[in-house]
Amino acid sequence: MSAARRSTRVAMIVVLVIAIAALGAPLFGARAPAAIGDVIGGRLLAPFARDPTGAFHVLGTDRLGRDLLARTLLAGRISLAVGIVGALLAGALGTGVGALAGWRRGAIDRLLMALTDALLAIPRLVLLLLCVALWEPSLRTVVVLLAATGWMGTARLTRAEVIAARGRPYVDAARALGAKSNRTLWRHVLPNALGPALVATAMGVGSAIMLEAGLSFLGLGVQPPAASWGNMIAAGRDVVVSAPWVSLVPGLAVVTVTMCATIIGDAVRDRLAGRRSVSP
Amino acid sequence: MLLLWLVVTVVFVLARSAPGDPVLLIVSPSASATEIARARTRLGLDAPIAVQYAHWTRGVLRGDLGTSIASGRPVRSVLADALPVSLYLGGVSLCLSFAIGIAIGAVQARRVGSRTDLAITIGATAVAAAPAFWLALGAIAVFTYGAARLGFPAALRLPAFGLHAPAGAPSGATWLLDLLRHSVLPLGVLTSIGAAGIARYARSALLDVVGLDAVRAARGRGLAGVRLAVHVLRIASPGLMVLFALTLPGTIAGSVFVESVFAWPGMGRAMTVAILGRDIPVVLGATIVYAAAVIASNLVADLAQPLVDPRVREASA
Repeated sequence: MSAARRSTRVAMIVVLVIAIAALGAPLFGARAPAAIGDVIGGRLLAPFARDPTGAFHVLGTDRLGRDLLARTLLAGRISLAVGIVGALLAGALGTGVGALAGWRRGAIDRLLMALTDALLAIPRLVLLLLCVALWEPSLRTVVVLLAATGWMGTARLTRAEVIAARGRPYVDAARALGAKSNRTLWRHVLPNALGPALVATAMGVGSAIMLEAGLSFLGLGVQPPAASWGNMIAAGRDVVVSAPWVSLVPGLAVVTVTMCATIIGDAVRDRLAGRRSVSP
Repeated sequence: MLLLWLVVTVVFVLARSAPGDPVLLIVSPSASATEIARARTRLGLDAPIAVQYAHWTRGVLRGDLGTSIASGRPVRSVLADALPVSLYLGGVSLCLSFAIGIAIGAVQARRVGSRTDLAITIGATAVAAAPAFWLALGAIAVFTYGAARLGFPAALRLPAFGLHAPAGAPSGATWLLDLLRHSVLPLGVLTSIGAAGIARYARSALLDVVGLDAVRAARGRGLAGVRLAVHVLRIASPGLMVLFALTLPGTIAGSVFVESVFAWPGMGRAMTVAILGRDIPVVLGATIVYAAAVIASNLVADLAQPLVDPRVREASA
């Protein structure tokens, strides 16, 4: 097994473990993580410490005495969900726009591509910031905005694929057999044109998680008391010297997951590229 | 230019499709009904939407971006104060990222498949995956507070906030030295992320080139060491130029966070402060300036392409 395949496997296992731990957090002992107990005695405990009630905290506690491991896992539920749903929605939207533009051509194509080019000229973070400035920041807004600001690359790729597929003999064959235009697009063209969109979506998960963390860090994303990795890092900002673990733990979670997402995205790309070069 | 007009249009549509009455964003919360009505007339918001659009576009293209609600100054001058800071941070970091990233990629491409290669790949992937604000916090903890507490040598005790020491601005060399000391951490954070991303691409771009016949021929002619490296880089340079367009948005995003954590008075900070203060004109203006910067630098990269790639030159001639 090559180093690349081994690291892909490790990355997938790590992501699975984190996802399962986050999903199952309430099952194994993440008891009432939002509940605030003995704040004075239990706050900002270092990793491997016991609080006055005798409870053990592997990763220490934050400034309100909440267990960091439990909170990081619960924040993971939100951060992972936002990242994955945001990237999937963006991928679906991009595929739809790209397919429509590439299949219909003409004025619709020009209009959609003009919009795509204009949105691509604004850096994605700036576009996100502009949107959260105009709409109220909340969990739902963040997901919608991640989708609304992340579809342009996929749209371009899909459009190019669809245009390339239009000229293929199987499209003529489908048409000759009497398939309607929409059916040809959905059943014949799109499945063949989906590869680059899949890669872009896989790559998009990592950046969506990172952007969510960034927005939440600035206080413009997921709002406390709901925990996300970004707002947990922000919460540790003031105590970064006296209690560095408060920011360190969620930050490591972001790095790990984003890194794994990159590795898996690379692997998907190589896989599809390899398959493509084998079959002409 | 056409693209910039599209961006201006999109920003206008976004701003007008947001919920809420735009006048209420602009007048003070305690304004009376007549004041609101007056403001509406003064700002032209009672005109038909097409007229408003024409007015806004004309204003933007003339460089008039409206008035900041928070400070009452023209948005243009607010941003003009902030822009040099961001250009300095982003520009220097972009240049350093390219130099360091390509050097790292070259080291990897030379020893492809080795332990060093693997270690650098993992390291670069990790750094490229780290949020800029998190690295920035870590850098402050280590080099500002940690350095003071653990008694690092004075050269490693770096200031964390602002562009200059608060004690007033001395002149000449001390001023420059002070600026440089304040720049180390922000530039370091932004550059390490940029360089890590570039190294990942540079490695594969250089590997593509190293296998080419032209490089084998150069080796056969007896080229080695630095001259061979220059040769390889020249062949790879069109591929590396493409990186510019890929790196720029990341650098901008990173600089927004770095400016926010290190309290640098740049565009990114102006924008985040404006968002928290609901100072919408500044937010819109900053968006347009960022887009203009991206469009301009992509244009420069496109124009530079024939300079580094003789094939493009031939094709266009």
